[in-house]
Amino acid sequence: MALITDYLVQGCQMLLVLLLAPLLTGWVRRLKAQLLRRRGPSLLQPYRDLFKLLHKEVVLADSASWLFRVAPYLIFAALWVAASLVPTFASGLRFSWTADLIAIVALLGSARFFLALAGLDVGTSFGGIGASREMMIASLAEPAMLMIVFTLSLLAGTTELSAVAQFMQTAEVGLRVSLGLALIALVMVAIAENARIPVDNPATHLELTMVHEAMVLEYSGRHLAMIELGAFLKLLLYLSLLGCIFAPWGMATAGAGLVAYLGGLAVYLVKLAVGGLLLALFESVVAKMRVFRVDQFLGAALMLGLLGTLLLFVSRSH
Amino acid sequence: MHGLAFDIAHLLAGGMVVVSFLMLYQDRVYALLNVFAVHALVLALAVGWQAYIQGAHHLYVTAGIALVFKAIIIPTALHRMVQRLDIHRTLEVVGGVGLDMLAGTALVALAILVMLPVTAAADALAREDLAFALAVVLLGLLLMVTRHNAISLVVGFMSLENGLVLAAAGARGMPLAVEISVAFSVLIALIVIGVFLFRIRERFDSVDMQALDAFREERRQ
Repeated sequence: MALITDYLVQGCQMLLVLLLAPLLTGWVRRLKAQLLRRRGPSLLQPYRDLFKLLHKEVVLADSASWLFRVAPYLIFAALWVAASLVPTFASGLRFSWTADLIAIVALLGSARFFLALAGLDVGTSFGGIGASREMMIASLAEPAMLMIVFTLSLLAGTTELSAVAQFMQTAEVGLRVSLGLALIALVMVAIAENARIPVDNPATHLELTMVHEAMVLEYSGRHLAMIELGAFLKLLLYLSLLGCIFAPWGMATAGAGLVAYLGGLAVYLVKLAVGGLLLALFESVVAKMRVFRVDQFLGAALMLGLLGTLLLFVSRSH
Repeated sequence: MHGLAFDIAHLLAGGMVVVSFLMLYQDRVYALLNVFAVHALVLALAVGWQAYIQGAHHLYVTAGIALVFKAIIIPTALHRMVQRLDIHRTLEVVGGVGLDMLAGTALVALAILVMLPVTAAADALAREDLAFALAVVLLGLLLMVTRHNAISLVVGFMSLENGLVLAAAGARGMPLAVEISVAFSVLIALIVIGVFLFRIRERFDSVDMQALDAFREERRQ
């Protein structure tokens, strides 16, 4: 019986991230619109968009291969698994032993790989530009992400997210420069990975500046729905990751019962709402940077991660 | 000494290293000056906190000097100078920001590797402060080496001096007379440098230090 409950709770988490992801994107879009004194679309608009896309006919290019048709599902599956591994309302769930930070980075990396392949597959110039830019961003964001993982795992003694979240709630963590640096670096990586404003503009269709949009330009119908939902999930994943590592308060532990889970869920929703608000504020006040400055931005994230790991040795030696 | 008091001291001293890195990242004069003011502000906080946990009251004076002179007067004076020299354009960085940051990280690693074994007998707080202070000094030197613009050389020099004050605060402070005379000599240095800057500009029509290399006949290509 306990086993079945465990699986049920884990299943709830998988469904929860899937259902919440479009809502989060809708929330960010609406806040951004309101900050610009527009009324903005309804919070449910992303759901309606997905519903409409799922019912539309797929238009395929003549030159599209089987890869082009398979890639959206692979991308969506990898991102969904990654997003549902990150602890959201409770830590130590059934599959938490697989929720390894390095595994999550690898899942994200494979999703990006297939997206870039799909962008190249049709052979249009936009897809090629988008894929090469995405790979340039990834080649800097991934090492930065791994440095953050090293910092966290040196501190917590594990790369398993549930254990990291539980460790962060204990008093022995204290105030550490390394954690601050890891937080800043993770925020920078999250911005780059989610194609948000200083690096890429999620709302643009101006050909010179597109990165993510350029790769998915050829997609339509249910394929596009899968890719869009994957992008929503990725945003949710990074916000949950920031929440569970740097603000793990209020998270329920496994087997704590329904009331504790509901409490954890409420806190999680508040965290997402605050994260979305901060993202919208940040995006409204900064300008997009040139593509050739992205390497400096992400290089700084990499250096911060490296510095965090270095400074760890100073504070450990006492 | 351990617990929260140590953590906050660690946070502030580490914050100075991070702000030093931010200075390396800036490539505009005004941004560099603002970050320098933040650097001095963090120094004042770090020294003030050391005064509080060590119970050393003369360190409050050091913190006050850092706050008034380095966080307010010197940045304002440099702002004025930049305005009068009319050089608020992009700074040139020798190897690119990325390479600078890489070199900076290597220097921080060096500072930690050198300082931790040497000071094994001292208590944790002083050790850590010394390691961070050496890192700040080395980063200040790096800033002076990689920039051509005279104003950034001044900023590099001043941030180096901030590192020295941090080191002194960790080791229970210098005597007050030394402290005040150092602060004033830095101020005098600023005035002298300021006069020299205008002289240099009069003579070479720029404050790029490479112009001086040619004058000293060091580069003959």
